This record gives sequence, structure tokens and C-alpha cells, in this order.
Amino acid sequence: MDNFSTMIVGVGGQGTLLASRIIGTAALKKNFDVKVSEVHGMSQRGGSVTTYIKYGRMIHSPLVEKGEADIILAFEKLEALRWTDYLKDDGMLVINDQEINPMPVITGKAKYPLNIVENVSRKYKNIIVLDAMSIAKECGNIKAVNSVLLGVMAAKTAIEKQIWDEAISEIVPGKLLKVNVASFEAGYNAF
Amino acid sequence: EWSPNEKVALEVTLGASIAGARALCSMKHVGLNVAADPLFTAAYTGVNGGLVLAVADDPGMHSSQNEQDSRYYALAAKVPMLEPADSQECLDYVKQAYGISERFDCPVIVRLTTRVAHSQSIVQTGEKADYQLKNYLKDLTKYVMLPANARGRHLAVEKRMAALKEYSETVNLNSIEWGSKKIGVITSGIAYQYAKEALGGVSFLKIGMVHPLPENLIASFASEVETLYVIEELEPFLENQIKKNGIKVLGKELLPVTGELSAQLIKEKILGVKAEDRETLAVNIPVRPPVMCPGCPHRGLFYVLGKLQLNVSGDIGCYTLGALPPNEAMDSCICMGASIGMAHGMAKARGEQFGQKTVAVLGDSTFIHSGITGLIDVVYNKGTTTVIILDNSTTGMTGHQHNPATGYTIKGEVTKQVDLVKLAEAVGVERVSIADPFDIAELEKIVKEETAAAEPSVIISQSPCALLKDVKPGKALKINPEKCKKCRRCLAIGCPAIVDQGDFMEVNEAMCAGCGLCTKVCNFKALETAAGEKAGDING
Repeated sequence: MDNFSTMIVGVGGQGTLLASRIIGTAALKKNFDVKVSEVHGMSQRGGSVTTYIKYGRMIHSPLVEKGEADIILAFEKLEALRWTDYLKDDGMLVINDQEINPMPVITGKAKYPLNIVENVSRKYKNIIVLDAMSIAKECGNIKAVNSVLLGVMAAKTAIEKQIWDEAISEIVPGKLLKVNVASFEAGYNAF
Repeated sequence: EWSPNEKVALEVTLGASIAGARALCSMKHVGLNVAADPLFTAAYTGVNGGLVLAVADDPGMHSSQNEQDSRYYALAAKVPMLEPADSQECLDYVKQAYGISERFDCPVIVRLTTRVAHSQSIVQTGEKADYQLKNYLKDLTKYVMLPANARGRHLAVEKRMAALKEYSETVNLNSIEWGSKKIGVITSGIAYQYAKEALGGVSFLKIGMVHPLPENLIASFASEVETLYVIEELEPFLENQIKKNGIKVLGKELLPVTGELSAQLIKEKILGVKAEDRETLAVNIPVRPPVMCPGCPHRGLFYVLGKLQLNVSGDIGCYTLGALPPNEAMDSCICMGASIGMAHGMAKARGEQFGQKTVAVLGDSTFIHSGITGLIDVVYNKGTTTVIILDNSTTGMTGHQHNPATGYTIKGEVTKQVDLVKLAEAVGVERVSIADPFDIAELEKIVKEETAAAEPSVIISQSPCALLKDVKPGKALKINPEKCKKCRRCLAIGCPAIVDQGDFMEVNEAMCAGCGLCTKVCNFKALETAAGEKAGDING
């Protein structure tokens, strides 16, 4: 199999790290070479954040560059738009239908872009939009948004369901496991 | 353990080493500037137990104030430096660094860059080896760097570097991967990964020991390839040394000395293969800069500083965000602890009136790191600077580490807590006050009084970081549309939870921490708790 590149994009504090660790662990279980890379720091404070997960026979660069991502998992809509150029032409874009206003929008200096989904749909055909927050809420915890999105993504990869289940139970802390498994299942079976 | 600063960290490490233990300290590039003093002389004394210093550079400045290239420290201080390219090599190289340190009797630097330090890749772990503490031997000629002894040690350093140079010719850290000999690439660290991805089947000389360089190995590699490139991030460190030996090589003629490299960039510059022009969808979209969190105790202070239009000498931490709109209440930010000395210098240069409009602002851990020496300078040299210490009970920006002002160790054990008030008094500051940054009326009064005083003063703006576990958020506020006059005064505090919807103002309830700071700036009492009660006194 060719190397598989995933990007998780979102806003600092949305909990993208857990999702990236689960993807990394699942890929490890398949005996792939894996690199997970993310930069903390200033970006942690409500800024735009990106995580790269690459797996395959042999991974050199930990970075995903423009036009290279097989899947982008966008935890927020504006961030989906910001990073779309990193998607392969036939790549898949999973968008959580949530808007978090950045500071220039909050202060009225800029407008939150309208019609983001329509806009990206002009160029990319493989797009899934979902209200992961509502699904997570139905599963018992609004914070399990990341597991819902992870589930959607997992269903589209070559890694078997059982491996994903094992990876989740290894990474997610005990008391949160149940709600995260339920959220993952909901995402996995949604599309 | 956490040290207050990098100089102390290296000194503790060196002490442990001389006492017979293997020891390691870690820091970022700018921290190595602070630790440079002991480093240069530790190169003379050498070690007893192995000593490794791990330093991470930040090409691209993801979270740093400069992108200096720490490899020059190895050259300048005359110590060996290794550079791993992934997580496995981080483990392997550190192990090997201890061997080198003890065999050649010197500190060893392991250099990382952001993309190695902040990435995870597969690691095969080994067995933990037992290490016997070495004997502690008093050896004045080796460890007491009086000039007479130091002269002898400098000769030892030169001898050691010659031996290390020979060692580097054959050590497994430097390796050749033969491919097509049309192109040869000399590279190291993360740049190796980018180059490997971009150029695949060409020949590589991967340098794991970046100082001292294996000159003969490089020359023989160079002689076998048609065109030789050096691919390295930041400065032409390898390149200049290779060129010095008369070897023809291409490097910074093609690649930038600023920012990070990438596989696509290398393809473009070396092979002339430009990534296809892609129609970009991300045009004219709002940026998402980092912002102080809802409930952040720094917000109230920067609102006051902005309102009073003071000259603000800033420092390194979350609070550097005070320089951003809407408050833009910071004029300079250089390095940890610089705020105080710089405020003093500004006042000395421009006189009393300017001095009374000038404050230094820095966090508690930054003050402990190297702000205290600046404060001593202000007092000693009869300055009148007002220093505002943002005491949020933690080291916020880097992820909530403890520090000597929090009263807990790295392991979370209770320890003595630095008493900032007593400390300021002890160095001779007679005006020390504690202020609540959520009580902005009182804070403004204190700032006005202290800046006007013709003597040094310290204001401790005290309230814990909103992200600390035991800080419980208050009830989310709402804007009562009947009371709101849409004057937008609430936007002056720059809270991400208050949203300008154009026709009306709104609080994002999911985000609001209920700190109530906004109620202090609203003239119409339009901000209320969800229950409809008045919310002016949430934080006292």
C-alpha cells in the first residue's frame, strides 16, 4: 500500500491529540511505519492547530504538504477551508459542522466565510459533513466529538474495525472509554 | 527536577556529573544562550559521569522569538554534537552520547529541531542497564578553573577535539547510503528525512555527529558523486566547513537560511520539479491568531495598561498576547526576564516623565527565571521602574509546569514556595502591592499610584490561570438585549466569548468562563448570568 497521510485540523483546545494517538496506535498494530507530528506552543491558545499522521511501509518526512493528504479531518469549518489545499484531488474531507469564530470575526473586523461546504465541494467530490457535536451529545458526552469524527474516518481506511477497537481501548482512559466507544461506533456507521 | 533557568540546570547537571553520576539537562535554543556560560567552561573541565545536554532548535519559529542555529555552540564551545533524525535515533544517540562523553571526558550536546522533538515515531526500547556511581575524586587541576589550570585544560580540549575528529571518521553515526552517483547529498537530522522523501534513490552521506565533522569521509564521498549538495535547515553550518576544505558543493545558493525545509521545497530547488500550481480555496479567509483564553487573569491587566496608554516593556509567556489587538498593550518583547532591565534602560534614556509612563510586565516563572536580577539592578541603580508580576500560579504557555513560585516540584510534591512579596522587599523595593486583575477599577488605581511614585515598585497581579484543574468556571453570562446599547465597549477586553453579530452582541455560552470581567466595562449592566441575576461581583 502507498503511504497514507491524514491531517487533523481544528482550534486549540478541541482535543485533536487523542484522535491522532489512536490513529497512530491502530497503524502500529498493522505493523506500518508511523509518524505523528504536531506543534504545540502559541497555537495552543485558541489558535489554528494541525496534526499530521502518516503511515505506510516507510515514512521519512513527518509533514503532510499541499496536495498530499488522503484524508483531512476538520474539527471546525473555517479550519477545513484553511487547510483544503493540503488535500489530494481525490482525497476525503470530513467536516464537523461547527463554527468557532476567530478573533477578527469576534471583533467585527472580518466576516466568517459563508457557504464553506458549497465552496469546497466545487473542487473536491469526496466530502462528508456532519454535526459531530450532536452525535456525541446523543452518545452521552459532548466532548467525544473527536471519537465521532475518528469513527467516520476509520470506516474509510484499510485498517480493520477490530484494530480500531483495540487502539481505542488502549488509548482512552477507563472512565471515558464507554462514551468514546459509543461515539466512535456512531461515526463509523454514519456514512 | 525543574530548574529556575537553563544556566542553573546545566550547573546542576555538571555537579551531578563531577560527583560521579550520568546526568542530562534539556532546553530550547534560546535557553542554551542562558546556559552558555557554564557550557564553555564545562568543555574545559570535562566530566566524571557522562553529561548530555539536549537542545531543541525551532526553525520556522513555531513558538520562539528567534531561529538561531545551535550547532554553532558546539563549534564555539568545542564540544561534540549529535543530531538524531527521528524518535528511535533520539534514544540511540543519547545512549551513544553517554559513551562518547565518558570516553572523551567532555559534555555532549544532542541537538533536535521542532519536527523531531514534536513528532513521534516507532521506537524499539532496550534493557535498562545498571550504572554504578563513579568515585568522586578531588582533582583541582581539572575542576578548579583558575587561569593556571584552565590553560592546561585548554590544551586538553584541543587534544580531545583532534581525537574526536578521528573518531568521527569511522563512527556509525555517520553513514553512506549509496544510490545514483549523479547526485550526492550530505545532510543531517530532519533535513535527511525531507531529502530522502524528495530525492529517494540518490546517494546520501547522513551525518549523525555534526561536530566535529568527518573530513576524510566527506572528501571521499564527494569524490564519488557528480554533483554534491548539502541539505540543511537554517545556517550553512556543514556547508561552510566542507567548502573550507576546497570541496565543491551546492547549498545555500539554492536553499533558504530562514524557516523550515520540506520535501516539496527540496524537489523544487534541487530537481527543479515544482509542485503543480493548485487552485487555492483558502483566499481572503480570516486568520486565527492565538488569544488569551476566556477567564484569563491577564486580560484585565492589559485592558488597564491599554487604557492608561503606558509604555509596556514585555516578556515571554502567554501574556505576550497582550501585544495583539484590541489592547496592543506591549511595546517590546525580547527574551526571558528582559522586560525589567529594558524598562529601566528606557527610563534612564528618556528621563523621569517617560519613566513614570513605563512599566515592565512579566509572569511569575519568568520573573524567577531571570527577572529578579533585573529588579535588583533597578533598585541598585536608583531606578523608579514599576514591575508588574503576573502571578497565575503556574507556567501557563508551556503547559502548566510547576516553578519555584508555585510551591510544588516537578513530581507534584509540596516544597517551599518563593514569597514574591518578601523577595521584592528583600532586594530593596519598598512599594510592593498585590492586586486582583479582575477588579479593574482598583487595579487601575494601583497602577497609576505606583507608576507615579519616584521609587521602584512591584505590583503582583494575582489570580490563577483559568485552565488550571482546580479553577472552576463561573456561570456563563448572557447579554440582555433590552439593556445592551450596542456600544461595543465590551469588545475592548478582547474576550473570545463575546461575539459581535453585527445587529446584536452575543456571549458564546459554551466558551464563557463566567469570570465577569466584561461586566466591569459595561456601562449599562447588560451582561447578566443565565438566571437573570446581576453579575457584577462574580470575582469579588
